[in-house]
Parts: sequence; structure tokens; C-alpha cells
Amino acid sequence: MGESESRRARDVCISGVGETRYTRWGGITDRNEFQLACEAVSRAAGDAGIATRELDGLVSFADAPGDMTVLALALGIENLTFSAMVWGGRGGSACGAVALAEAAVASGKATRVAVVRSLSQGRSRRYGRSFSARTHTNFNAPFGLFSPPQMLALAVQRYDHDWGLDRDALMEVALVCNAHAQSNPRAVMYGRALTAERYRASRPIAEPLRLHDCCLETDGACALVVTTARRARDAGAKPVPILAASQYGAKGWSTAYMGSQNVPSAEYGTGGQRELARRLYQQAGLTPAGIEVLQVYDHFTGMVPIALEEFGFCEPGQGGRYIRAGEIGMGGRTPMNTAGGSLAEAYVHGLNHVVEGVRQMRGESVNQVAGARTCLVTSGAGIMPTSGLILGVA
Amino acid sequence: MPYLPALAWAPSPDDDDAPFWERCNQRRLCFQRCDDCRFVVHPPLSVCPACQSTNRGWLEAPREAFVFAFTWIHTAADAAVEACTPYNVVLVAFEGLPDVKLISNVVDVQHGGLKTGDRLALVWEPGSEGQLLPRFRLA
Repeated sequence: MGESESRRARDVCISGVGETRYTRWGGITDRNEFQLACEAVSRAAGDAGIATRELDGLVSFADAPGDMTVLALALGIENLTFSAMVWGGRGGSACGAVALAEAAVASGKATRVAVVRSLSQGRSRRYGRSFSARTHTNFNAPFGLFSPPQMLALAVQRYDHDWGLDRDALMEVALVCNAHAQSNPRAVMYGRALTAERYRASRPIAEPLRLHDCCLETDGACALVVTTARRARDAGAKPVPILAASQYGAKGWSTAYMGSQNVPSAEYGTGGQRELARRLYQQAGLTPAGIEVLQVYDHFTGMVPIALEEFGFCEPGQGGRYIRAGEIGMGGRTPMNTAGGSLAEAYVHGLNHVVEGVRQMRGESVNQVAGARTCLVTSGAGIMPTSGLILGVA
Repeated sequence: MPYLPALAWAPSPDDDDAPFWERCNQRRLCFQRCDDCRFVVHPPLSVCPACQSTNRGWLEAPREAFVFAFTWIHTAADAAVEACTPYNVVLVAFEGLPDVKLISNVVDVQHGGLKTGDRLALVWEPGSEGQLLPRFRLA
């Protein structure tokens, strides 16, 4: 039995998704991050047709604050048999957290695992601030390198040196994600259309990235429930099979662009996802040609062409051309970030990308790709672990 | 005047990197080299990634340094450097040390005056709390 067949036999799926409202950072002041997390899990459980007390696993990532046991208490969980958080990785590990939940269900350690991420700055501040607690800060902050856009700008500049950066393609990424958000009432940018003129007039952040090349900072939470297809159906939910799920980190990357900067020279300027892609396609028994819709981690537009190349939708250096050919918009080869992504829906460290992938596979997206049966979801590139998922249709 | 205000961020040396910063204060830019297998690693780490030895030695940085990647920062993420924008942050690489890259700044260069591959020479500038910081100028 090949790996893809054995995975199908395990039949692990996502049976429910939920989110709170999303606002610009600082926009939710009446509830804290913990309350938002509970609200998102409650909605995901409701969508999965179960009560929160029936959950028996909890997973998060990106250094989520707080104590899982308190979350289990608040949710009334009766039997907690699995609790885990992905080490490091930050936005790189959203799909990795789902992979952890999938592993728990596949191995029988748990039967219904909630994956959750909550971010709120109505009562705390993170946006635009330096991160004194970041590993390797000693080697960045004294030189004025503080924040993710500044750090990833270095990688994008190196890509520009190696391959030539198509700046109009970066604008197209921002415009496409924003256009998709205009159909999504949940999106922070809903009703706030971006134009080429506004993009070009936006202030520079860290060259070559402008304001509209950078993702949102959001208050809000989202969650999902991982279980078996049989349990999902028994609860009246529509299972979305996890065809592949993997974390990945290559030798020497570690904190990478978010810390040490010591990505191996030959790989500096990539996202470090090429081997992740190979493993995901192998697990699912698919090739890039078999992927019909994409949810690509869009922390910064400049990382999107790199991801499209590493996941095999085009040759190295051709990501910009693929984007400008219209292939990531509705009607393109692989419509991308159909709810708006991190650039225009919400920044929940990429877990909302998984939620949107589930909606696509259920046929319930605000920008539904007709008949789509496979969705690739990627998490943040350029850090260890990064991760990805391929979702399918039952 | 240092490139960024001396009162800006100082390193908080820890077990891994205190020997690096001590040597900086002696105007010596050194990278950690394993006493057993000679592997050079940066940032310093208290276990050698190549052989897991904890016998740590130090290698003087090669004089030949160059720009591996750079950015010009226009939006400060810390109040201490708000008045300095646009300022550059440069990822510096060194001949013969493929596993080492150092974040720093290039002094005495106008906005737009950097490109990948530019040769660099080491200079020392005061940071906060008496810490000397390795910076560079175009060679």
C-alpha cells in the first residue's frame, strides 16, 4: 500500500470551521484573546455538529499565549487526551498545527481535535513593535532590524538579485487578494477596494516592500475541528478529507529570516518550501497539475511568486510571469486566496487560509471555484517549521 | 555620530553569544568555531551543529566581506530609530565562510548607494551600554 492509499484509509478530515468577526488590529476591545479563541472553537464545534465538551484534543501554534488546560476548562472538555503546540514556526506552522491534529486522530490518540489561533491587540500591542523576546534578537535589533516586513524584505531583495523581481506582479498579488475580499463580508478589507493608483502611492516600508505589500494585522480568531470521516458524518457534518499534511524544516534554517538570517547561501532568497511541496504531492498522490485552488500564505506579496515556484506551478524565476498572466485570479489556472488571504481577509497567522480551503472543498466559498476538488494550503515560508496541506472532496 | 543612535537597542548577551559581544568590545569580530571539528556557526550556539561538541573556539572574521542582501527601511518599527529613516540594513557575508551571515549596517552611504556584492570594510561604532557594534563602510 502506498503512502497516499494508507492516508486515505485513515480517512482523517476537517469537519467544522469557525471564526469570530475580524477587525483591524486593536478593533476588538470588549473581549480578550482567550475569549475570542473560545468563541472560534465553539463555532467550529457547532459547524462540526458536536458540543465543545466532546472535543478531546487541542492544538495551537505561533507561540499562542495562555495555558491549554484553561482553554479545556472553559470549553467544558470532558476527556482531554491530546494537547500540543507546534514549536517555533509562527505563521509557518498553521498547516503544521493541522498536521499535528491529523496525526493525533490518525493514530487514535484523540478523536476530535480543535486547532485554534487567536490574535487581539485591543488589549495588548504587537503590531509595528520590535520583539525583544524573539530568538536571535541580539543580532538584529542593535542594527535596526526589528519587524517581519523588514526581515523578509532582505529575502525578497536577494530574490530580485538572483532572478529579477517583477514589481507589477507584487501589485497584482495585492490587487487580486483585495478583489477577492470584496465578495467576503468577513474580510477586514471588505468594502475597501484597492486600486493600482493607491498601491503605487502607498508608503515604502522596507524596500522593495510597500504598505500594500504587507499583510493586515487583525483582531480575531478562527478554529477548525479534525476528526475521522465516519465521525464527521455521524455528527451530520460534511467531511473535507486531508489528502496531505506536513511540517518541514531544512538543515540550517532554524529561525531563518525571522532571527538568525543564516539560511544556507544557495537557499537564501527562497522560501524553503520546495521539499515540503514534494512531500505533500507525494502524500496526496498528486502533482501541481492536479491542484485546482490555492490558499498561499501571503504575509508579504514578495513571498508569493517564490511560493508559486517552489510548489511547482511555474519554473524558478517565473512566479511573476505566472501571476501577471492572470493565473491566480478567478478564472485563472489556480485561483488564490479566494477569501482575501492575509493581505485582505484577516491575519490569523494563516489558519484562516485553512478555513477558506475547507469552504472551497465544501463548495461554500464566497468566490467558489466551480467543481474544485483539490486545494493546496501553504503556511509561512522562510522559517522552520514551515508547513502545508492538501485538502480534497469526500 | 554612530549610524543608529547609540541609545538604541543593546544586545542582552546570553550563554550562547556573550563571548561574541565580549570580543566585539575588544574590536575583534569573531565567529564561533568548534574546537573539535572546526565548523563555524553564526549566531553562536552552545552546541556545535556539525558534531554536537560543546568545546567552543573563536575565529577572526575574514577581512573580505560583501553585501549578500540589503534593504532600506523607511518605516521604523522602534521609536529609537524613527529619526534615522531611510536607513539601511545589510546582510553581510564573508569570503570562505559559507555558513556565516551577519546583520549590520553600512555607514557613510546615501540612500540608493548599495548593491548586492559590494565589498565592505569593518568599522566599530558605539552602541548602548558601552557595547561596540560591528558596522561596515564600502571598501
